[in-house]
Amino acid sequence: MRDVSIIGIGQTKVGENWEKSLRQLAGEAVLAAMRDASIEMADILYVGNMLSGEIAAQEHLGALVADFVGLRGIEAVKVEAACASGAAALRQAYIAVAGGVADVAIACGVEKMTDEVGEVVTGALALAGDGEYETFHGLSFVAINALLMQRYMYEFGWKHRDFAAFAVNAHKNAVGNPYAMFPKPITVEQFEQARLIADPINLMDSSPVADGAAAVVLCPTEQARAFTDNAVRIAASAVATDAIAVHDRPDPLFLQAVYISAQKAYHQAGISPQDVDLFEAHDAFTIMAALSLEACGFAARGQGVRLAQEGDIALDGRIPISTMGGLKGRGHPVGATGVYQVVEVVQQLRGQAGANQIKDAHWGMAQNIGGSGATVITHIMEALS
Amino acid sequence: MGLPNYWRTQSQRYRLVGEICGHCGAKLFPPRDVCPECSQPAYEPFTFSGRGEVYSHSTILHAPRDYEEFVPYTVALIKLEEGPLVTAQLTDVDAGKAYIGMPVEMVTRKQREDGEDGAIVYGYKFRPVLQ
Repeated sequence: MRDVSIIGIGQTKVGENWEKSLRQLAGEAVLAAMRDASIEMADILYVGNMLSGEIAAQEHLGALVADFVGLRGIEAVKVEAACASGAAALRQAYIAVAGGVADVAIACGVEKMTDEVGEVVTGALALAGDGEYETFHGLSFVAINALLMQRYMYEFGWKHRDFAAFAVNAHKNAVGNPYAMFPKPITVEQFEQARLIADPINLMDSSPVADGAAAVVLCPTEQARAFTDNAVRIAASAVATDAIAVHDRPDPLFLQAVYISAQKAYHQAGISPQDVDLFEAHDAFTIMAALSLEACGFAARGQGVRLAQEGDIALDGRIPISTMGGLKGRGHPVGATGVYQVVEVVQQLRGQAGANQIKDAHWGMAQNIGGSGATVITHIMEALS
Repeated sequence: MGLPNYWRTQSQRYRLVGEICGHCGAKLFPPRDVCPECSQPAYEPFTFSGRGEVYSHSTILHAPRDYEEFVPYTVALIKLEEGPLVTAQLTDVDAGKAYIGMPVEMVTRKQREDGEDGAIVYGYKFRPVLQ
């Protein structure tokens, strides 16, 4: 296998982009990444996306996006793994370059969510769960996470208010990210008073529905210098799966696929959790941030919330998370999120994170979670310059 | 989801029929044909008693398409007395009154209607055990 690096990044501002279609969003991100990498051609393009058929009335995104960015003719396909679709596309690009199938590969994540109304989007997102045995019973995706949160609070004694620290941190960090959907701070009181969606989860526990696209360009590390001086090495790329339905997991409050994916990633990179300088966690809901921190080995079981409360997740904390706003503050265009996370890690490792820069960042980790933990994709990046 | 699906899943939805693994004895619901405990084939039907207790619950205030008219409704993970967890709605219990550990039993209830001319879809829900 060849060592692989990221030589270009691109992203669009996350938000309700009424004036832009799915292809325009993807095109903007891919072209920005190609400019950043100083390339005009690529061998292969993977498009991560979850819901284009349900919401944007469009499938067949590989050919669509390749053509739209001027790469007509190259190999291109869509990759889907629910909310982990973005990182799944990156994973495929990594495999293509590492395996010698492609020298220059592009991974793009894109989601266009505002072309439909609320209950249609809610129904579409629920497709991440088990159609016959979860969503059939009227469960939204929020409700599946709510079942986990309710049990977590019962077993470990936390109150809803205790989770506020995750949302407050995410919004605080979003202020320093020009691409974030919600660049404004929130208070604990605002968190507590937000509208309930599926108890105990309220609007401030939840990442927002949004449009957005992000892209990265990969090549073999030994060729990276020919393109750029600020390449970032992919030190680990690891995927693990679990039962798609929460009820099929022996221990619902321990995300087994997070654990396996993270352990594989640490092993590949040759590091331990203590070495990670920043972690782009999949904070789609506050409970997911807590469960992810625990199964990754950053907190003991049931203690992920304490990490947030004690400031360990802040930019100057022991393990900063959501450093550019996370899913909560930057926004969660589902199939694009995994690529946004990696773009943000690259910004940090290049020293381009502006006011949110983590000092001396060398190892950055990004973890994209599909569904309520059924597909988990962890990437660890290492600064080269 | 369409009519063939409703027809195909009748025994699960109306009678809580799952499977039992002939190798390790694990009882499985929903049926999955391969035992997750020992990875051996598991095709033998097993009908669950329908009794269990609430493992977790949530009252939904923002529903997906086709379920809006039922808001607010309460969904739960039920720990069946034979072991498995099952996801279902609670019925005959007021919003906010469910609690973890609440003894419940399975009943067959209307889930929803597929539009004015569509099928009326039935399936299992769970209610507090009648004293």
